[in-house]
Amino acid sequence: MITSDLEVQAQTTSASASSAKRIVNDLSIQVATVNGSGSQSANTVLLRSIFHMGVPVSGKNLFPSNIAGLPTWFTIRASKDGWVARKADIDLLIAMNGESAREDVLSLAPGAVVIYDEPLKLNELRTDLTFYPVPFDQLTAATGAEVKLRKLVKNMVYVGVAAQLLSIKMEAVEATVRKQFAKKVKAAELNLSAVRAGYDFAAATLTKQDPYLIEAMHATDGKIIIDGNSSAALGAMFAGVTVVPWYPITPSTSVVEDLIDYMKEYRVEADGKASFAVVQVEDELAAIGMVLGAGWAGARAMTATSGPGISLMAEFAGLGYFAEIPGVIFNVQRTGPSTGLPTRTSQADLAFTAGLSHGDTKHVLLLPGSVKECYQSVIDAFDLAEQLQTPVFILSDLDLGMNNWMSEPFEYPEKPLNRGKVLNAQQLEELGGFARYQDVDGDGIAYRTLPGTDHPLAAYFTRGTGHNEKALYSERPADYENNLLRLSRKFETARTMVPKPILEGTGKESVGIIAFGSSDFAVEESRDQLAREISLATDYLRIRAFPFTQEVAEFVATHDHIYVVEQNRDAQMLNLLKVDLDPVEAIKLHSVLHFNGLPLDARTVTTAIAALEGAR
Amino acid sequence: MSTTPITTPAASAAVKPVKTNHIGLQILDYRGSKSTLCAGCGHNSVSERITEAFFDMGIQPERVMKMSGIGCSSKSPAYFMSRSFSFNGVHGRMPAVATGALLANKTMRSIGLSGDGDTASIGMGQFIHLLRRNVPMIYIVEDNGVYGLTKGQFSATADLGSRLKNGVVNELPAIDICALAIQIGATFVGRSFSGDKKQLSAMLKAAVAHKGTVLLDVISPCVTFNDHEGSTKSYKYMQAHEEEVGEVGFVPHFEDLTIDYDHDTTTDVALHDGSHMRLRKIHAAYAPTDKVQALKLLMETHAKGEVLTGVFYVDTTRPDFSTLLNTVDEPLATLPESRTRPSREVLAEIMADHV
Repeated sequence: MITSDLEVQAQTTSASASSAKRIVNDLSIQVATVNGSGSQSANTVLLRSIFHMGVPVSGKNLFPSNIAGLPTWFTIRASKDGWVARKADIDLLIAMNGESAREDVLSLAPGAVVIYDEPLKLNELRTDLTFYPVPFDQLTAATGAEVKLRKLVKNMVYVGVAAQLLSIKMEAVEATVRKQFAKKVKAAELNLSAVRAGYDFAAATLTKQDPYLIEAMHATDGKIIIDGNSSAALGAMFAGVTVVPWYPITPSTSVVEDLIDYMKEYRVEADGKASFAVVQVEDELAAIGMVLGAGWAGARAMTATSGPGISLMAEFAGLGYFAEIPGVIFNVQRTGPSTGLPTRTSQADLAFTAGLSHGDTKHVLLLPGSVKECYQSVIDAFDLAEQLQTPVFILSDLDLGMNNWMSEPFEYPEKPLNRGKVLNAQQLEELGGFARYQDVDGDGIAYRTLPGTDHPLAAYFTRGTGHNEKALYSERPADYENNLLRLSRKFETARTMVPKPILEGTGKESVGIIAFGSSDFAVEESRDQLAREISLATDYLRIRAFPFTQEVAEFVATHDHIYVVEQNRDAQMLNLLKVDLDPVEAIKLHSVLHFNGLPLDARTVTTAIAALEGAR
Repeated sequence: MSTTPITTPAASAAVKPVKTNHIGLQILDYRGSKSTLCAGCGHNSVSERITEAFFDMGIQPERVMKMSGIGCSSKSPAYFMSRSFSFNGVHGRMPAVATGALLANKTMRSIGLSGDGDTASIGMGQFIHLLRRNVPMIYIVEDNGVYGLTKGQFSATADLGSRLKNGVVNELPAIDICALAIQIGATFVGRSFSGDKKQLSAMLKAAVAHKGTVLLDVISPCVTFNDHEGSTKSYKYMQAHEEEVGEVGFVPHFEDLTIDYDHDTTTDVALHDGSHMRLRKIHAAYAPTDKVQALKLLMETHAKGEVLTGVFYVDTTRPDFSTLLNTVDEPLATLPESRTRPSREVLAEIMADHV
């Protein structure tokens, strides 16, 4: 697969010119392997070794929807400037997979570097690249590893070769390997011997001909590396989640699998009993059904899913909205429609989720734009869901969820859990009862009781059918209309409670950019490119929730020309904005769209905005 | 001449003691709203029997969750026990909602009301997984073989060859909910008839005493769409073809267990709350703890056009789903923050792991 957006290059320029210059702490590495070959640990070691050198780094796995035998690519980007979005051009290719090697090499830009498995003879393909042949099988065999382990160990050999060529310190690699295999000392030693075999071979045999170098800096001090799904799992645990029904689906599976690991470690009490229930269920209908049953009975319940799961949840989502039941649904978006590309990223569930279900339904959505926000959004979502008594959807995506990102460490939640308006037996006694759907406080949010509340007036009848303020079945037109209007008032209350957008820039530029979620990394870098390359200063508003807070309308009102950057075909965010905005304001919005399944890169954004600016 | 003092009717009512159960509540405390179902609907009799069973067993209404899906049957939780918490969800998905509610609060009791459409067609997927998990609840299928709210289409429990009012004949075999439940893992499986007051009452009380999934398939005739000649779910057909597999006797845990029984003809089942169910053999081959025998009897009687009723299968040894999950004793729903949010130190430790 061509993972760069470049056309296959003509073989014109010479490689030798690059030998004199030095490019320090600014490169992208692509490791091409076969999935199921166990390359993940090797790639992680390479990534973390660069991190250990203090250089900002990110890692992305571009993998097929398959267990074993198909090509897979891992890309690592190191950037002294802290740009961690995908970079379309590959500077260093580590070609381990004969199947994809030819296409991988032909798609490189002139001047790129190739470390390859010697028998593949890739050096014959082009003259404008730097080639380093490595006899991986011989080096692997020389480590003395058992035959069945050689496939895994072979990957560590390329880590050693790359480390030596890039002058990554062996101590950094060694520390990383020891940390990664902390619980398996024997495996650590075996892997280290493979790394050394590659390192020593490169030192003795290869002559450095390329400009790429990694040099120590201190830009990663105090930072962590984590993926978004694991971050969401942590958020759930620290949000006090207790009930988690789920159905495995790529790319959301690791949200719950990581959560199970954390909960087993930290949420089992001294007597061996769990303060949580995780249940693998029969389908996503059951997953959201159990979330709502548990939420109704007072638990903090959550599920994680992806595209097809969200489709299946549509009916229950409407019940949750109309019967007013809290719950958190974490959606790690992938491409659709239908099965789509299950292992590729997208932001195309936005519009569907905003109005998920038939009838007049609208939902609160949170849109995390970093791993830290994946963590924080789950904590926020539970407070919002219980305060607003409604399902809250979080829209992450595969790029954020399954890839490794640098981050500031997460902050411990300082606010206590907010369990919302729940009446206990004593309050019921004092009040002389309650009406489940009466807007007592004028914010559209009524009071509820939990099953088991020990008072004869505690019970009420929950239903998805029409009901009046007392939760009694009603077909009266006024009851139905009043209920829907109250739900709208509640949505207006939500508007004042959800996370506000983040503004970057002076706030005084005439050109604005609006984006959300994982597009942030590319947009940040693109703004730098736009400023340097076409002297275009921009303000940038990153939206973090739906319904939109008032800051969004203000941003649009105070800018003349606004680019809405999003990863879907039909400009879903722009269209949601149009519904909310004054039509006169909405004409200022222009789309920058990316939807090929690969994570958004800065160059795509810059090229699109530069072209649109040029056309103005 | 009578020497009895003359009293007004009102005064006599005041003197007559109001019957209370062993927790001091009256039957009125277990009543629901007025039914809006058709007069004569079997479901109304089932609601009556449920009301009596929970009253007789002395269950605090506030400790009960009434769950349902969509359909005539699923409306019926409104017509009994208004002091209990009720959730009328979406079509065929009551099992998930009920399971979720019990995950949140395992100290609650749960009773689900469903129909043959809600269970055996749209809800089949969730239904069998509820059975498989042995979720501790009573699951009642008010089974009339037709869709009532949409005016009389066949359901999947309609018997082969049975006929609709308009003459349409069912050409597909019926799903036997009880046979399915026995095979999939329910631990208390029986069939009754809404018109069989004595049997249904005993079975419901035993159901309250059991901890695990109780599946009761209650033939509950639809007087409007399926009570005619040619229907196998009519009052008339049931009166002519009901065949009891065994007589169901019940001794609640709060009464003395003194009545002796014949060990050759009667199986005594000790239920989870200390009550006893006494199953007296009517059918020669009846063995309520033998799955294979139960399935064989169901198939044989069905082949003969008879409707077998009674408790077909009981297993009091298999742990229910709440027990399997090994959660803390208190409801998860209301655990204090100190037990659901790990400490600052835990977060610091995890963050250090990711440096």
